[in-house]
Amino acid sequence: MDVMQIIGTGLTAALGPVGAFYALAAMGLNIHYGYTGLLNFGQVAFMMVGGYGMAISVAIFELPFLVGVLIGLAAAAVLALILGIPTLRLRADYLAITTIAAGEILRLLINSSPATQFTGGPFGLPSQVSDNRRFTTTFLEWNPIPAGDYGFSTIKFNATSLWLLVVLWLLVALTAWAIHAIMRSPWGRVIKSIREDEDAARSLGKNVFVYKMQSLVMGGLLGGLAGIGMSLTLSNANPVNFLPQVTFFAFTIMILGGAATVTGPVAGSIAFWFLVAGLDQAIRDAGMLPSGTEGAFRLAFVGLGLMLLIVFRPQGILGNKQELMLNG
Amino acid sequence: MAETSRSPGAPALTGLDAVPGVAKPDPILIADGVVRRFGGLTAVDVDHLEVPRGCITSLIGPNGAGKTTFFNLMTGFDTPTAGSWQFDGHDLHGVAAYKVARFGMVRTFQLTKALMRMSVLENMKLAAVDQPGERLATSLVSSLWRKRDDEVEQAAKELLHRFRLDHMADEFAGTLSGGQRKLLEMARSLMVKPTMVMLDEPMAGVNPALTESLLQHVKDLPGLGMTVLFVEHDMDVVMDISDWIIVMAQGEIIAEGPPASIASNRAVIDAYLGAHHEDKSVFDEGPAKIAIPGGAEASDWAAARAREERDQ
Repeated sequence: MDVMQIIGTGLTAALGPVGAFYALAAMGLNIHYGYTGLLNFGQVAFMMVGGYGMAISVAIFELPFLVGVLIGLAAAAVLALILGIPTLRLRADYLAITTIAAGEILRLLINSSPATQFTGGPFGLPSQVSDNRRFTTTFLEWNPIPAGDYGFSTIKFNATSLWLLVVLWLLVALTAWAIHAIMRSPWGRVIKSIREDEDAARSLGKNVFVYKMQSLVMGGLLGGLAGIGMSLTLSNANPVNFLPQVTFFAFTIMILGGAATVTGPVAGSIAFWFLVAGLDQAIRDAGMLPSGTEGAFRLAFVGLGLMLLIVFRPQGILGNKQELMLNG
Repeated sequence: MAETSRSPGAPALTGLDAVPGVAKPDPILIADGVVRRFGGLTAVDVDHLEVPRGCITSLIGPNGAGKTTFFNLMTGFDTPTAGSWQFDGHDLHGVAAYKVARFGMVRTFQLTKALMRMSVLENMKLAAVDQPGERLATSLVSSLWRKRDDEVEQAAKELLHRFRLDHMADEFAGTLSGGQRKLLEMARSLMVKPTMVMLDEPMAGVNPALTESLLQHVKDLPGLGMTVLFVEHDMDVVMDISDWIIVMAQGEIIAEGPPASIASNRAVIDAYLGAHHEDKSVFDEGPAKIAIPGGAEASDWAAARAREERDQ
C-alpha cells in the first residue's frame, strides 16, 4: 500500500474541481439549513436543473455557453419558487418531503424515454450530440492553461482539471465573501431569527415568507452553480450523477465543516473528499474487496463517519460548541 | 408609589358603566363579533370589546377561557371564524401578523420566544423598524445601512440598560434565565416602537424580585405613549397595575370594569370558583371574595385601590 499515492489521490479530489463544486452545493445548503433552518433534502434537484439547464441550452439548442449558464441558474431559481410557494408557509417538514421527492421526480423525468431527445435519457447528454456540439467545448476553449500535467509528487492535475478548479475555487471564494457580507447584515439577522423562531420574527414585523423564499432561491442558485460545475467536471450530464446521495454528501460536508459558518462547508468539502477519495484508493490498493463493491463500501463509510461526527463533534470542524448546545 | 404612576388614559375611564362591551371615550382596539371555533369547540366568542387608549388593561379569566386565542386572533397569528376588529383605525381582518406588528400592535408570547442562538443585542436590534440593511439588495454593501444600524444599536443598548440586561448584551439569549428572557422579550417588543403592547403572561415563572422590576416597566409604558393589554393570572399583579380589567370565561367576555368593581363581581367569582359555590361551605364567613395567592383577597385590594383613587 502506497501511502503517498493514497494521500495524493485524496488531495487531488479534495482540492480539485470535485471538492470545489461540492463546497458550492454545501454552501447553498448552509444558507438553507445552517442560517435559515430550512430543511432542504433535495439540493441535488437544484444541481440537476442547473446542470441540465446549461447542458441542454448549449448542446441541443446551441446557445452560447454563458447564456446556457444563466439559463441553468434561472432554472434553479424557478425550481426554488415552485417548491417554495406551496411549502414555505407550512411547517419545515413539508419542505423536506417536497424537496426529496422533487429530486427523484426530476431525475426519473430526465431518465424517461420521452425526454431522451433533450436529455439523452440514461446515456446522458454528450452521448446524443456530435463532438462539436458538446456543452463543454466553449468552456475548454477559454482555458488559458497550456496542455500538460501540473502538480507535485502524487498530486496531479491536467490542464482541464486545473482550469476547472481555478474557476470553481474562485467562485467558492466569491460566494464565501458574499455570504459573509449578507449574513452579518440586518438581512442576515432576520434570516437567523427565522431559524430560531419564525413566530417571533413575525411578531416583530418581519415578512418571514419573503425572507425564506429569498434564502431558498439563493441556496438553490448555489446548487445550480454546483450542478453546472459538476457537469463540466464530468463533461457529462447524466441521471446517475444526481442520485439522492449527492444531497446527503452535501449535508455531511456542511455538518462536518460546521453549519452556519461561512467557511465551514469549504473546509468540510476538502476534508470529506480527502477522506473519501483516499479511502477509495486505499481499498483499491489493498485489494481487500471484490472490484465494483468500493462504491457500496464508500457509502457505508460516509454513514459511519456521519454518525461518529454527530456523537463526538456535533458542531463540526469550525462550528461553535456553545451555539449548538443552545439549540432548541 | 401606585398613586404616582396612574396611566394618562385612566381618568377618562371613571364613571363608565362596568358592563361587558361598554363604549370607551378613545378606544385603540375595537373587536366586533369575533368568533373562533375549533371544530365543535368555541374558543372565543367576543360580542363587542373596546380597549381604552393609554391605559393598562388586564385580560383575566380561568384556564381555557380563550385569552391567548383572543391574542392570537387580534395579532394575526390565528384567523377567526367570523368577526372584524380595528386597531388604531386600521381594519385588521385578514391582515398578516407581520403587518399587524408594523401598524404598531406588538405582542409577546406566553412561552417566551428568545432567539436562543443570537446574542441579546442581536435580539434587540432585530426588532427595530426601518432598517435598510434588511433588504437583500442593500445588505451586501454595509455603507448603505451602517448609519441606521448604529442608531439601532444605540437605542437597543439604552433599552437594555433600562431593563438591566446590558451586562448580558453579548451573550447568547439562550444563556439567559427564564425571567431574564421575559425581560428581553418585553424590551425587544419596545424596539418596534409600538403604540400597543400585548403581553401574554409576562410574569409567569419569574421570581418575585424580577416581577417587581417587570411590573415597574409595564407601569411605565402608558407614560411613554403606549397602550398595554396583558394576560395575567396573578391577582396581586392584576389588581395592582390595571386601570381596567376584562374578564373572559369560556370564550366570552363576562365582565369588565375598574379593578374595584371586578373584585366583587358575582359573574367573575362564579367563573373562577364555579357557579355552585354558594350552596357549599366554600367560604367560612362573609360575602364571596376572590382568593389571592399569598393570603390577601381581591376585595381588600380593590378597597385599597379605591382609597388610592379617592386620595388623588
